[in-house]
Amino acid sequence: MANVLVVAELLEGKARKTTLCAVTAAKQIAEGTGGSFDILAIGEGAAAAAAELTGYGAGKVLTAEIAGGYVCEKYAATVAETGKAYDVLVACASAYGKDLLPRAAAKLDAGVASDISAVHTDGGKLSYTRPMYAGNVSGTVEILSDKQVVTVRQSEFAAAEPSGEASPTEDVAVQDDPAAGKVEFLGVEVVKSERPDLTEADIVVSGGRALKSSENFTNVIEPLVDALGAAMGASRAACDAGYVSPELQVGQTGKVVAPKLYVAIGISGAIQHLAGMKGSKTIVAINKDKEAPIAQVADYFLVADLFDAVPAFTEAVKKL
Amino acid sequence: MKILVSIKRVADPDNASKLKVSADGKAVTSEGLEWKMNPFDDWSLEAALRLTENAAEKNARVGEVVLVSIGPNDEHTQRIIREGLAKGAERGILVEADEGTLDAGVVAAVMKAIVDKENPDLVVMGKQAADGDSNVAGTVLAERLGWPIINYAMKIKTSDDGKTLEVLRELDTGVATVKVTGPAVLTTSDRILQPDSVKNGVTPDSHQYAKLEVGGRYASLKGIMQAKKKPIDKMSFSDLGIDASKALNYTKFELPPARTGETTFVADVAELVDKLHNTAKVI
Repeated sequence: MANVLVVAELLEGKARKTTLCAVTAAKQIAEGTGGSFDILAIGEGAAAAAAELTGYGAGKVLTAEIAGGYVCEKYAATVAETGKAYDVLVACASAYGKDLLPRAAAKLDAGVASDISAVHTDGGKLSYTRPMYAGNVSGTVEILSDKQVVTVRQSEFAAAEPSGEASPTEDVAVQDDPAAGKVEFLGVEVVKSERPDLTEADIVVSGGRALKSSENFTNVIEPLVDALGAAMGASRAACDAGYVSPELQVGQTGKVVAPKLYVAIGISGAIQHLAGMKGSKTIVAINKDKEAPIAQVADYFLVADLFDAVPAFTEAVKKL
Repeated sequence: MKILVSIKRVADPDNASKLKVSADGKAVTSEGLEWKMNPFDDWSLEAALRLTENAAEKNARVGEVVLVSIGPNDEHTQRIIREGLAKGAERGILVEADEGTLDAGVVAAVMKAIVDKENPDLVVMGKQAADGDSNVAGTVLAERLGWPIINYAMKIKTSDDGKTLEVLRELDTGVATVKVTGPAVLTTSDRILQPDSVKNGVTPDSHQYAKLEVGGRYASLKGIMQAKKKPIDKMSFSDLGIDASKALNYTKFELPPARTGETTFVADVAELVDKLHNTAKVI
């Protein structure tokens, strides 16, 4: 029997949807082992976030109010202390989860299986599948320590739906950590977009180096993105060149996405990019070079100059 | 400033699709693939070199970078360390280990033992290794040392003789700025290769590094010659007094299912839209 603690991810006092993906994994672990799960809302605005998380079947929603911006050292001791009462700690493998959970795990002497894509509970024994080598190998792993810590790949765990009654909420004490005195949070610039979140969108349109400029992203890619109601993504080369901001990067070192439709425009398809999008249901490539590696994963490939093809694609979509 | 940089050898990440799994599913085999420096470590090495040089004076060294590689004591690991030395690091440490005995917790234990011996001002690690893709060891090391961890650093500016660092961290939702008092552990983001990512108080702030597209700097011919004479200390777990065991046990490896279906080359935009609308029904 494994009792599970989900560590919620808060952004500006609200629970990010990543939290609900972690809840789905926690439910699988709890149901497969005959255990239960609770949620810890930690950070600024924890009480309000807890109110959002109360209807998802958790035994309890715990709150730890910590003012000021997030730094791992301010949160990890509280996560670890709260985690002592559980067998498994779960969070989404977002930049937040991958920063915070290993520190809490080290405090608990727990092994970490990061970025898992599946939970197994055969005979009540837990193991996890996780993509390795940029998604070219998948490994099944057991955690041997008393406590287990996992982070879950958002694209592989659907967001939990509300279920059942409201869970009771309870405050937990915030723990001090001497390491927290060595880091001062100076600020955060949160990028806002009217468009769907990259990791949650049904359609993603990504541009690569062939776009050549930030203006071309605005004038060529964005109209198609908006005509499709899509999220915008980019290759590492496009982010590095400053055509778009880094949080739009799709790949091994960016976001991993698995939308219904992924449109790769002017992206050659380096293995590191494929790692972030090859789980998409339908993949379209628009590229001048029909030999580009993106062809290895593309369902539909239009060999064309993107500057001609994309505006025509946009117009055709608008007419549908 | 003295910086420890961990570097791991990995099977050529650009050819990871050629990896195979042994018949019993117990091991990943990389036969035919070259061993390369983990690209994420290469970026971190670039950050460490920038922090310890005067780039305006032909990258003159003003600090010390010590490389640590944990792995088999063979020509491949040594070549990776020499590559880092040729880029500018001062010396190397090779901790002998069979790769099957390592996980993030064991790596953190080894790194802690080296930190205790070397007393660096900073440890800079790759955020993940391109084989395991775990993204755990740096943070666990920081906790074991009681030091702060700054993950995904994209810009670093030092002050107070390098004792404090102002770091921009890349997040999923934007960028955070933190001020950290060392010693500390850092990992880096892709953006650490940008021309203006590091201000170390020695290299003029206006200095722009050459644009790096893929990884860290190339070694110069002079660097390659010098690297041959730089020391690599070899040590074992028992030399370091490490008795760490793995917390993770991989029971099975598999290749992902082969892709079903072929690529349909469409003639024009009209056919593309028709296929997406009427066949795939995704728009």
